[in-house]
Amino acid sequence: MATPKLNPLYKFQFEKAQDAFVLLYPEGMITLNGSAGEIMQMVNGERDVDTIISDLIAKFPGAEGIDKDIHEFLDHAHEKKWIKYVD
Amino acid sequence: MSTKPVLKAYVNNPLWLLAELTYDCPLHCPYCSNPVQMTERKDECDTETWKKVLSEAREMGAVQLGFSGGEPLLRKDLEVLVAHASELGFYTNLITSGIGLTEKRIKGLKEAGLDHIQLSFQAANADENDLIGNKRHSFEQKLAVAKLVKQYDYPMVLNFCLTRQNIDKIDDVLALSCELGGDFVELATVQYYGWAYLNRDHLLPTKAQLETAEATVNAFRNTQGDDEPKFIFVTPDYYETRPKACMNGWATTFLTVTPDGSALPCHSAKILPLTFPNVKESSLEKIWHEDFSFNKFRGLDWLPSPCRDCDEKEKDFGGCRCQAFMLTGDMHKTDPVCDKSPDHHLIQAAIAQSQQPTENLFYRDPKTEIPVHLIQE
Repeated sequence: MATPKLNPLYKFQFEKAQDAFVLLYPEGMITLNGSAGEIMQMVNGERDVDTIISDLIAKFPGAEGIDKDIHEFLDHAHEKKWIKYVD
Repeated sequence: MSTKPVLKAYVNNPLWLLAELTYDCPLHCPYCSNPVQMTERKDECDTETWKKVLSEAREMGAVQLGFSGGEPLLRKDLEVLVAHASELGFYTNLITSGIGLTEKRIKGLKEAGLDHIQLSFQAANADENDLIGNKRHSFEQKLAVAKLVKQYDYPMVLNFCLTRQNIDKIDDVLALSCELGGDFVELATVQYYGWAYLNRDHLLPTKAQLETAEATVNAFRNTQGDDEPKFIFVTPDYYETRPKACMNGWATTFLTVTPDGSALPCHSAKILPLTFPNVKESSLEKIWHEDFSFNKFRGLDWLPSPCRDCDEKEKDFGGCRCQAFMLTGDMHKTDPVCDKSPDHHLIQAAIAQSQQPTENLFYRDPKTEIPVHLIQE
């Protein structure tokens, strides 16, 4: 099972001024929305995608279709090179 | 458009702080954007003042921090300032020529928490690189620094300033960037401020040179693999018909503090006939929100004609105040880059003039004697 980790080109942190999680990179910033911020918090190079999904379902039990959203976001993040997959 | 009264616009806090630690530099590039009259070392802000500036900017929400100059490595307290900034949660960028970046310092900066290094090159070969910077052996030092930057796992941005002198060898620049393993590469056609304005007639590439270079970069991008550098090509606005949205709008996003502590809405603004505040005398919060100079060109209410009635005014905010001032003598006018500006002929005249320079080329050096008629008052 694929395990995502943050691309070392990016730094992930919470910004009080934006009230959001952000990805910082040389001279730039991407502001993440609420759910993207929740998913990125789970990305640590140790949790595989299934674990991320089950952990987020446990955290937000009412959310429907959450696994689809997670897959979509991770695909997007991979395409944008925010994350890489550990072999 | 609308004649109804407009409420005072909500003022965003700065996101970006550019800390110009010193104007001193081991290189003497004629395209430098630093002012022609530079602050002396003895008048530079001390460590405590810089720490105060960093803390205040971070408190206001600034998150990107550039350590620049001049050459910031000439400040012995750079590691202390990086450590302070890193503790505050800034993303820290070192913008450097690489001269003086020893392994000891690169290691120390890593330990202090430096996030990224942007390394400049003047050309992709030793002879031209060393000639443009007017310093022997600088190319080989830069190559060594690039290796260290990678070895210590920093994201690496390479910056090549393109001028008439080096733009034709863009192929070599692309190849060197790949060889060094840059993550991003800025191919920045020089903008004409400071020393670059003084030397504009020598530096401005021809339109044909520019088009060839841009086409070469575009073709190269199509052949690139996934892990190769991302190239960013910056065209000089003299060949555009609309001005740049300078600084994303005056005092909306960027804040520059110069070596002597002047706070500016952009790094060139010191040339304007305005009195800018100093961080030694006032807090950044007060400067940003209350200072006359910061409010002077904020928003759209100040716009001159033809900008006032233009449907693109929210895209470019009338362009660059410094460029309007340098070319027309009036900082309130539309940036003459815009072809709707009644002063656009000045840009066309400058392009024509650059084909036959009448002044000497001046290296950036505080000791250079510049004829009085060339100095902006």
